[in-house]
Amino acid sequence: MNRPVKSRKLTSYRAALMPYSIWALLFVLIPLVFVAYYAFTDNNFQFTTANFNRFFTATSNLKNDDGTITEVHTYLLIFMRSLKLAVISTIICLLMGYPIAYIIARAGAKTQKTMITLIMIPMWMNFLIRTYAWMTILQDTGILNNLLGMLGIQPLHIIGTETAVVIGMVYDYFPYMVLPIYSVMAKMDVRLLEAARDLGCGSLSVLRRVIFPLSLPGVISGITMVLIPSISTFYISQKLGNGKFFLIGDAIEGQYVANNLHFAAAIAFVLMGILLVCMAILKYVTTRHVYGGE
Amino acid sequence: MKKIIELKNISKSFDGEKVLDNISLYINDNEFITLLGPSGCGKTTTLRMIGGFTQPDEGDVIFMGERINDTPPHKRNVNTVFQKYALFPHLNVFENVAFPLRQRRVSKKEITEKVNQMLSLVMLPGFGNRSVTSLSGGQQQRVAIARALISHPKVLLLDEPLGALDLKLRKDMQQELKKIQKSTGITFVFVTHDQEEALSMSDTIVVMNEGKIQQIGTPIDIYNEPKNAFVADFIGESNIVDGVMLEDYKVRFAGHTFACLDTGFGKNEPVDVVIRPEDVDIVPAQDAMLSGTVTSVTFMGVHNEIIVDIAGFKWMIQTTDSVDEGAHIGLSLDPDSIHIMKKSKYSGMFGDYSSFSNELDELSNPGGDTEE
Repeated sequence: MNRPVKSRKLTSYRAALMPYSIWALLFVLIPLVFVAYYAFTDNNFQFTTANFNRFFTATSNLKNDDGTITEVHTYLLIFMRSLKLAVISTIICLLMGYPIAYIIARAGAKTQKTMITLIMIPMWMNFLIRTYAWMTILQDTGILNNLLGMLGIQPLHIIGTETAVVIGMVYDYFPYMVLPIYSVMAKMDVRLLEAARDLGCGSLSVLRRVIFPLSLPGVISGITMVLIPSISTFYISQKLGNGKFFLIGDAIEGQYVANNLHFAAAIAFVLMGILLVCMAILKYVTTRHVYGGE
Repeated sequence: MKKIIELKNISKSFDGEKVLDNISLYINDNEFITLLGPSGCGKTTTLRMIGGFTQPDEGDVIFMGERINDTPPHKRNVNTVFQKYALFPHLNVFENVAFPLRQRRVSKKEITEKVNQMLSLVMLPGFGNRSVTSLSGGQQQRVAIARALISHPKVLLLDEPLGALDLKLRKDMQQELKKIQKSTGITFVFVTHDQEEALSMSDTIVVMNEGKIQQIGTPIDIYNEPKNAFVADFIGESNIVDGVMLEDYKVRFAGHTFACLDTGFGKNEPVDVVIRPEDVDIVPAQDAMLSGTVTSVTFMGVHNEIIVDIAGFKWMIQTTDSVDEGAHIGLSLDPDSIHIMKKSKYSGMFGDYSSFSNELDELSNPGGDTEE
């Protein structure tokens, strides 16, 4: 009697998984295979590693401020620039998001709801519109400089700088840092914090020795969810960087628009590989810290 | 004996509800003291006040002669074993136990030595590298005790530490805790709602109810000389009947006059009379002052628990004799099995087994639940 019941259960379990399985197959797995296939072939679909060679070796000449010319590895430079801006944005998100998440998690139930809603409200608006809004704020004659002018402060030139791009990234991806950290902190057992105090920890030590290590899973997902989209964004840099800061996302988009599908795929492939390695290292370091004691 | 902790006229309210109502008590050095009472009686709040997690609204907490109301937990020479152990899931067994030592920057060599010594004391040698989440409840319990004891606090607070363990393990841990207390000489303040646990482990028991201390005494005092109907009912089983103290050594209840050992009551003062179920002897009905019909018999292993209806009041009697339901039996009481108590606000609320069932008793006294 037991067996049919069991297998029926298993069937329904599988059936429930079906929609997502089909989705994942059609829109995740197959496209990934195509990316790899395009990356490793030329225009005639013959196997080649030329696309990768081009990524790592292509050079171009960069005009310095003093008129001299330096030869640089085009795509490596773009990649490093993307990485730099993404890392800066992620760090700012973390530094702002962690204390906020902690404060929200320790607040009363009602305050928690209100604050989480406030943090999520921007996500309800379209990403493009939000970025346009920042253009009007940051322009040389924009809202920010008007306000500064009223206070008698010299206008700041922000639009078209890396600062503007970082501001855009931080603004757009901030909720993705706060929410996972908050959800881990909200679930943290208050008794653990009491135990730490009981065993001789002042507030700072409680934070360092208990709260922070226990919140690491949230921090890691926060970092992942901010770093990955900000490293591959192209829209923010185009709008807020005035197109002056060519990022890796812009490179992929540019090659794609120029119908260089194979090279675009190769760049995407390299980016994915590097991100995977980064995440693996991050995860390894933190889990060791979490479970290995010292 | 030296007083180590003193609570003076402590009151505390949460959201306008009085949890502690003007309680005063002192704790001697080296003793095993138990705060005993039903959920919501204020015992956990009292413990948290000694630990420093709750501040009294009124009154003083004195530790070794010093007022410590405003001293934070980490500056008190007191450690706690929490109800659900509160072990750090991100640290292994060794690091959990070493936690307080690392805070004080003790040398590596000393840490290893002390932690291993502690793990042996709680009978978990060689468990250092295990993850705390892989341990059984009893093992986690021992780690929590080792962690709380490693900095040799003057006082160890234990908040229903055995509540989550099964019966057999609980009995073993009771023995072990008592042994650890004796060998370390640390004062233990133990919170429980389990009266058997309190009786078997404590030097002193503090019975609490509704934010007030009902009685303080040794287990034997509390059991044999309960101060009021609440204590008599909460500690063990009791038949509590209305009576009148005719004069010294003479009490009248259930329509008869009995000899007893109590003195010091007013002439004809109304009193509560306590008779423990195990102190009643069964005799043939015609030889006894009290007689009635057996309405239920429950086999309890060591003894039978029988309910006898005597003129409408149901008595519980524990006996090793076998009795049939419906039998007419007589009860005999020795003078020393009768205990007289002054009337209190709990008079008439307890000690009648008319609606008695074991199940109901468990339901109204749930184990292991959190207060506040």
